[in-house]
Amino acid sequence: MDLSSISPVLLIASLIVSATPIILAALGETVVEKAGVLNLGVEGMMITGAVVGFAVAINTENPLFGFLCAAIAASLLSLIFGILTQYLLSNQVATGLGLTMVGLGLSSLIGKPYEGMKSVTLGRLEIPFLSDIPIFGTMLFSHDIVVYFSIILVALTAGFLKYSRLGLVLRAVGESHDAAHALGYKVIRIRLLAIMFGGACSGLGGAYISLVRVPQWTEGMTAGVGWIALAIVVFASWKPWRVLIGAYLFGGVTVLQLNLQAAGISIPVEYLSMSPYLITIAVLVLISVRGGQSAPASLGRSFHALS
Amino acid sequence: MSNLLLRLDGLTKVYPGVVANKDVTFDIGTGEVHALLGENGAGKSTLVKMIYGLVKPDHGHMVMNDMRFAPNEPREARVAGVGMVFQHFSLFDALNVVENIALGIELPPNQRVLADQIIQISKEYGLPLDPSKTVGNLSAGERQRVEIIRCLLQKPKLLIMDEPTSVLTPHEVDGLFQTLRKLKSQGTSILYISHKLDEIRALCDRATILRRGKKIATCVPSEKSTRELAEMMVGTSFEAPKKKKKVFGDVTLEVSNLSLRSENPFGTSLKSVSLAVRSGEILGIGGVAGNGQDELLSALSGEVRVVNSMITLKGQPIGQKPSGFRRAEGFFCAPEERLGHAAAPNMSLIDNVLITGCEKQALAKYGLLDWQRTRRFADQIIADFDVRTDSSTNAARSLSGGNLQKFVIGREVLQKPDVFVVNQPTWGVDAAAAAAIRQSLIDLASAGSAVLIISQDLDELLEISDRFAALNAGALSDFKDTVDLSLDEIGLMMGGAQNVEAVL
Amino acid sequence: MIRLEKRASPSIMLTVATPVLAVVLTMLAGGLMFTLLGKPPFETIKIIFWDPLFHPDFSSYTRPQLLVKAGPLILIAIGLSMGFRAGIWNIGAEGQYIVGAISGAAIGLAFYPLESRLIFPVMIIAGALGGFIWAMIPAILRTRFGTNEILVSLMLVYVAEAMLASVSQGALKNPDGMGFPGSRNLNQYSSSANHEIIANSGMHWGVITAFISVIFAYFLLTRHLWGFHIRLTGEAPRAARFAGINSARIVVLCLGFSGLLAGMAGLFEVTGPAGQITTDFNTGYGFTAIIVAFLGRLNPAGILLAGLLMALTYIGGELAQLMLGLPRASIQLFQGMLLFFLLATDLLTNYRFRIRRLE
Repeated sequence: MDLSSISPVLLIASLIVSATPIILAALGETVVEKAGVLNLGVEGMMITGAVVGFAVAINTENPLFGFLCAAIAASLLSLIFGILTQYLLSNQVATGLGLTMVGLGLSSLIGKPYEGMKSVTLGRLEIPFLSDIPIFGTMLFSHDIVVYFSIILVALTAGFLKYSRLGLVLRAVGESHDAAHALGYKVIRIRLLAIMFGGACSGLGGAYISLVRVPQWTEGMTAGVGWIALAIVVFASWKPWRVLIGAYLFGGVTVLQLNLQAAGISIPVEYLSMSPYLITIAVLVLISVRGGQSAPASLGRSFHALS
Repeated sequence: MSNLLLRLDGLTKVYPGVVANKDVTFDIGTGEVHALLGENGAGKSTLVKMIYGLVKPDHGHMVMNDMRFAPNEPREARVAGVGMVFQHFSLFDALNVVENIALGIELPPNQRVLADQIIQISKEYGLPLDPSKTVGNLSAGERQRVEIIRCLLQKPKLLIMDEPTSVLTPHEVDGLFQTLRKLKSQGTSILYISHKLDEIRALCDRATILRRGKKIATCVPSEKSTRELAEMMVGTSFEAPKKKKKVFGDVTLEVSNLSLRSENPFGTSLKSVSLAVRSGEILGIGGVAGNGQDELLSALSGEVRVVNSMITLKGQPIGQKPSGFRRAEGFFCAPEERLGHAAAPNMSLIDNVLITGCEKQALAKYGLLDWQRTRRFADQIIADFDVRTDSSTNAARSLSGGNLQKFVIGREVLQKPDVFVVNQPTWGVDAAAAAAIRQSLIDLASAGSAVLIISQDLDELLEISDRFAALNAGALSDFKDTVDLSLDEIGLMMGGAQNVEAVL
Repeated sequence: MIRLEKRASPSIMLTVATPVLAVVLTMLAGGLMFTLLGKPPFETIKIIFWDPLFHPDFSSYTRPQLLVKAGPLILIAIGLSMGFRAGIWNIGAEGQYIVGAISGAAIGLAFYPLESRLIFPVMIIAGALGGFIWAMIPAILRTRFGTNEILVSLMLVYVAEAMLASVSQGALKNPDGMGFPGSRNLNQYSSSANHEIIANSGMHWGVITAFISVIFAYFLLTRHLWGFHIRLTGEAPRAARFAGINSARIVVLCLGFSGLLAGMAGLFEVTGPAGQITTDFNTGYGFTAIIVAFLGRLNPAGILLAGLLMALTYIGGELAQLMLGLPRASIQLFQGMLLFFLLATDLLTNYRFRIRRLE
């Protein structure tokens, strides 16, 4: 066992890369759930984003354009979910799972011709001064643009929810859709917008995996990260900054246990790979013990205007 | 000095089966505190909904400041200068005061400016409130202040208050009155809906009394005695029922010092409630909703467990026992909410019978359901209680309010309970069904059961109960024989006076 | 303006008609998809839906496969449907399936090379217990702490997969396996093997159990008080409380039952069609069963049909892959669409459309 082979600098750098897709997807889902909708289809939307982003990037040789198209594609997919749950009042759990299935199937189909190809990926940003700082420069300031974008998005979302009028109305809708409706706010419209935003974010997260983190396209490559994002939302008590922390923590544990495995630590590999999930469960329990009343009160309930 | 602010002329509103308001005419002056008085079902809330734009009148019109006033929705009413503080607040618990108020205003300023405005108004009108507090943590009195401040920010000409003191402590009531007097001195008119006679006499300039949808009179309350006001509200046709002093059996249900914290953060906790019901007796508990009725029923039905000795059935302490046990022992309860609580809306009437019928009707031996027996019982309820539905396989939601209520009450009555507790037996029920339900309760008592009725309908309670008490803010007044009860006493009990004799 | 109005009672006719409508709509949409993929639509649909059942050349082989695939789907879905009816969302059936397989296999391998008729039944019990215990984790966390069972049961799937990898390469590894990961072949060890009842019919003990579970579930839901309690809890929680139903008991009952059945399904699979414990013997039945449960409208008879239908799409899909080169992923898409159409048409049973003139 050679622990010294683990470089803390690389560890933290790879942790950030590993966490970024989760941040994006979980942030989107946080907004969706804050509006009172439970969308379990994050995995499906992410993988759709991954394949579309990859395909577009290969064809146009422009990874940023790939990201954009990924967001749009996933957003359109989420629209189907939105129509089914908001207008046709379908069960949110079942519809979300259906979305995951459709996403997985669709992405496999679209991705067939692109398997094994390598795409142009995003370059690392060179930030003057900051990137040159020894140790911290490599660790924190030499990432691609999407990493910084994700952090900025967290800040914007937090600000939006807390300080803007629309953010306030969205939160009100998530707390009590009947009271919001009584006050004259368009519940369904707001929820639909939130759902599409969530879709776009998940798409971006998925594209990050296929365009930057791996970067390649393989069938089913998101490997359950969408479900992790869902757990992170609860873990973060639906607060954007905590989503950031949660994603980094989870990413950290994942990357750490991989490094420990590689370093030959004497703990069996399987226990290490279980650890992120067990820790997530433990935290979920802790949160509910401390009083999990932070869930939006209308979460998961269908809204049918009675007039 | 008072000019005319609002005139209501011949307002009429009819719903299928019930006339909510008929030809109501009165006016409110500028800077006047005008009371709207009447029992539940008198038509107060419908009238007020018309003023606030939630409902359109079928006939009649309104004039405000010499201009035709016919709001199509609350927003138009607000723009015209009408503000309303509802009895059941529509606030968002997870959001703070500033956010809640911002949501209720058309074009709010940014949150910091709004917070300052809130502090300013709260100081000016004596409504202490911290803008940053989460609404979910506020007391009922504080929540009401949020609603009031929300209205005041729009500088209303007319402020409507619906049963404002039903959730306030006496101290808070004083504070509220000071605020209202200040508003009045600034020229704001107030329409004050209440049934608390002593408050109205203390606060209001004039009062309009409604009964069964019609206006009975407009008067100056301070010139009338409580008795005269109560008479107008309840009707001089009210005679203390000529009941012979019946002979009752033993005490079947006894509640001793039942104190219970409400599960609902905005509910009312029970404070040392004590009562005893004898077999053959009908006990009536009156009081406006929100004073602990639901909590009392939950404790009696077994949904909420209490200290064992707090509830005694035929001498046996059962406070800790589950609902099934109580029903098997002949103790049945009927909650206020028909759809969703007493019955499952989407399930058939046959299924709904199983909710309370399992134990005593032996519908499930060793867990195996006897559908034939269940169906027969459901059909029997439908037949005996004249429930208008073509089949017991219909879903509960397909029944009208009155018919479902007949079914739900019939379900318990037919099980021949030794003790039967019912919360709001005829709320929202048409007159014919209500009469049938009341008769079934009387018959039940005559057959020897002990019956406890909790109701907001004074008429009903005075008509059929043998003894009467009022539930106010979780505390029960002393019981008095209905025969001997005077209207003054009733009014005072409903208003919260615990010991009526001391006041009289 | 079109407005949705709730019906007085759910329409029975539409409850039966909507799944059929959903299937028809899916075939139409699927046909469109196949055309876009360059495959002849009618022929593709025929290959997927008709040939596995009736094709003279090979349907005698594919028909039994139908039962092999449908068995675990039905078994797991029956268990899930109870919970779903009560609003208890067990998304981690896949994990319970795996743990059941591991527990049962471990017991069986512990007996090796003894031969006895009792071994297989004991393995079944062990598998059921394994799944049960795995499902008790989210159950207890929910009843004691109020933790959401969706996420806990899901996380446990990953933990179970890690456990599976561990035992395949460690505790249960075949000593005679020449170093390859994976356990001994359980379906060749005759005491532990999951034999077919009727040779070449595909009906192994797992399928039999699935049919029994359908009957049992039907009985429980319609004839037993517990079934009524489950239904009431999902329909009207406040009324359930009023009736005196202990909600914690319902959570434990439903999660336990679904864990039990999923565990058994895992055991049957690993001693039958899959044959041994390997790192990836699990093919996602636990997740697909969720779809089957909804397709079957949470009704035992419906689940039976939905399971067969789903299995048909799997087998037919493989055939189409073989014969027409249809990509395998399109079948997954097809199944997802089926669920969507069902959810969309479901609305019609409880609501009707009213066209109102604007005043």
